[in-house]
Amino acid sequence: MSLVIKVGLASCGLAAGAGEVYETILKHVKKNGIDATVKKTACIGMCFVEPLVEIYEEEKKSITYGDVTSENVGNIIDAFSKGKPIEENVIMSNILKGSENKTYKKQKRIVLRNCGIIDPVSIDDYLATEGYKALEKSVKDISRENIINEIKNSGLRGRGGAGFPTGLKWEFAYNAKSEKKYIVCNADEGDPGAFMDRSVLEGDPHSVIEGMIIGAYAIGADEGYIYCRAEYPLAIKHLEIAIEQATEKGYIGNKIFGTDFNFDLHIKEGAGAFVCGEETALMASIEGKRGMPTIRPPFPAQSGLWGKPTNINNVETFANIAWIILNGANEYAKYGTEKSKGTKVFALAGKIKNSGLIEVPMGMPLKDVIYDVGGGMKTEKPFKGVQLGGPSGGCLPAELLDTIVDYDSINKTGAIMGSGGMVVMDTSSCMVDIAKFFLNFTQNESCGKCTFCRIGTKRMLEILTRITEGKGKMEDLDTLEELSQNIIKGSLCGLGQTAPNPVLTTLKYFREEYIAHIKDKTCPAGVCTALLKYEVIEDKCIGCTVCAMKCPVNCISGERKQVHNIDQDACIKCGACYDACKFDAIKKG
Amino acid sequence: MKFKTEIDIAINKFIGKKGTLIPLLQNAQDIEGYLSKKVMSYISEKTGIKLAHIYGVATFYTMFRLKAQGKHIIRVCKGTACHVSDANSIMNEINNLLGLSGEEDTTKDKKFTVMPVACLGCCSLAPVIMVDDNTYGKLTPDSIGKILKKYE
Repeated sequence: MSLVIKVGLASCGLAAGAGEVYETILKHVKKNGIDATVKKTACIGMCFVEPLVEIYEEEKKSITYGDVTSENVGNIIDAFSKGKPIEENVIMSNILKGSENKTYKKQKRIVLRNCGIIDPVSIDDYLATEGYKALEKSVKDISRENIINEIKNSGLRGRGGAGFPTGLKWEFAYNAKSEKKYIVCNADEGDPGAFMDRSVLEGDPHSVIEGMIIGAYAIGADEGYIYCRAEYPLAIKHLEIAIEQATEKGYIGNKIFGTDFNFDLHIKEGAGAFVCGEETALMASIEGKRGMPTIRPPFPAQSGLWGKPTNINNVETFANIAWIILNGANEYAKYGTEKSKGTKVFALAGKIKNSGLIEVPMGMPLKDVIYDVGGGMKTEKPFKGVQLGGPSGGCLPAELLDTIVDYDSINKTGAIMGSGGMVVMDTSSCMVDIAKFFLNFTQNESCGKCTFCRIGTKRMLEILTRITEGKGKMEDLDTLEELSQNIIKGSLCGLGQTAPNPVLTTLKYFREEYIAHIKDKTCPAGVCTALLKYEVIEDKCIGCTVCAMKCPVNCISGERKQVHNIDQDACIKCGACYDACKFDAIKKG
Repeated sequence: MKFKTEIDIAINKFIGKKGTLIPLLQNAQDIEGYLSKKVMSYISEKTGIKLAHIYGVATFYTMFRLKAQGKHIIRVCKGTACHVSDANSIMNEINNLLGLSGEEDTTKDKKFTVMPVACLGCCSLAPVIMVDDNTYGKLTPDSIGKILKKYE
């Protein structure tokens, strides 16, 4: 029987060296005359063990190996073909014990149904998984009203972050009277720490395109745009290929499935502006202008792109559509909580063991997401906080890990669901520094239109910087809170309205850390350089001189075999000595 | 003006089509390496789009550069996951090795331009940098020298 070997070649895999592994497999198979089909796939979500290679004769008896290298892949293939598969580095398998067999089972994959399984640039692979069947069913057999009702009944809410009911949004656009309407896919995933959209676009572009075409049919649009950030070259490439294939097969173009429905689809590359994730700014950018938000109303459903009714949804939202049409609203609504139905994709990153992409049913407690699906903390350092929702979201402490994943429960804590970025932090992260990090980001990305967002975030950043330098005052905390409330009230778009969230949540849950910076002039996590002090522990120093040689400013003195000394006035607190000392004889505090 | 023929081709590809200023500028930047005053004026002249509008767009989006840049672009990810994995030490090491003060971003020999970016979306491999189109992950300051050598 012939072997199938699949290599994950999404951006994360490539960065880990999967390209080289793929080439090695091709050569190895050819050289040894092994009867095998070598296939490319994208991201299965287990980025922490990339490069990943799946190998099987029958799909029911497959083994996925992690941390594969050019050196060991030959042995893996040879052993498998001899019927004695190697049992090390098995990540998932239905015949062997895989380290992630259990964590994978806790997921429910609807959006990611094909990611890491099919070849993303093969339309035949997509068709083999009932691809474009939902589109055919929609345009041939379902009325536009009934599609909208089905989406409404499914309870699907916008996965971009705000959670507006998708069916309702479609209904607004459907009700708008106009000869010309547009449908837009927001793929401007700008949140630092989030990569859900990238993985879906790289791994299963057709599912997004199919969702868009169904949406266009339902609301009566005949033209669409995918606004994708230019930092994702592979996603754009896969989209281009997918659009070309879909056009060839007649799913895009005129008289789709022999009906009167016509649809044309374009890709617009972003040019690097976080605010363009906001829908009115995104439309301005598609029109070739500065991406600055405008006042709503009029809402895009009445007057959007070039003044025409426009419906905008996020990548993940569209990727759900075909599944809902094929399996029914009731099946979808079985997952989740009363007000948040279905599943949610999260990008796990930071100090978590299984960093990568996961999809879980709504309603799962954060604790289970982090410790069961995510495998817990990466090192022995304990959990300190989890950041949800990027620059618009907040940091939650351990006490709130029982919070369940749904829009309303997370909003109550002061964070937001957001698009799905989840960055886990241990005790080596300083929460004041994290708040400063996000404020620095929003301050940079503020388009400058609203005074409070433009100047308010700047003042907040100055205060936070002062605190991290040990120059803060207790009154600063009140000023931060007051400024936050005013920025929330005085900003036109989501960027400004949510920019203070990282500060407000850290002030609420990690206030003692702010106080330590202000009153005790210390940074408990040892992050804020200005507050750090490096000292030699006399009992441990053996006088090896390594630290003195590493010091870039020559501020460490001491004879060989004598205790060394750091000149505190000259020290630039770079930490080079701390990293270099093999005897743990340097204290950071 | 250098590259006049190539710029003309780019203009002709987009002229008269709605909403194409950003792709046109991206194209022009690919040709010239950055957007010079001359090229922006020329595009304005040819397309009838006001120079102020072109300049407004060029300065709004971080991707557009108004200064000449190095042969290789090093993008240093400053996303959340990279930040908590000490992306600052990576940035410092790159600046160190290239002899950049942090204020200037392009080396004197015009070989490298270093720029921080918000997020490269490879968070599970943090900290990450991208040199031209190649991504490198799970970095430590010690691993930077070897990577830069590949591009010398």
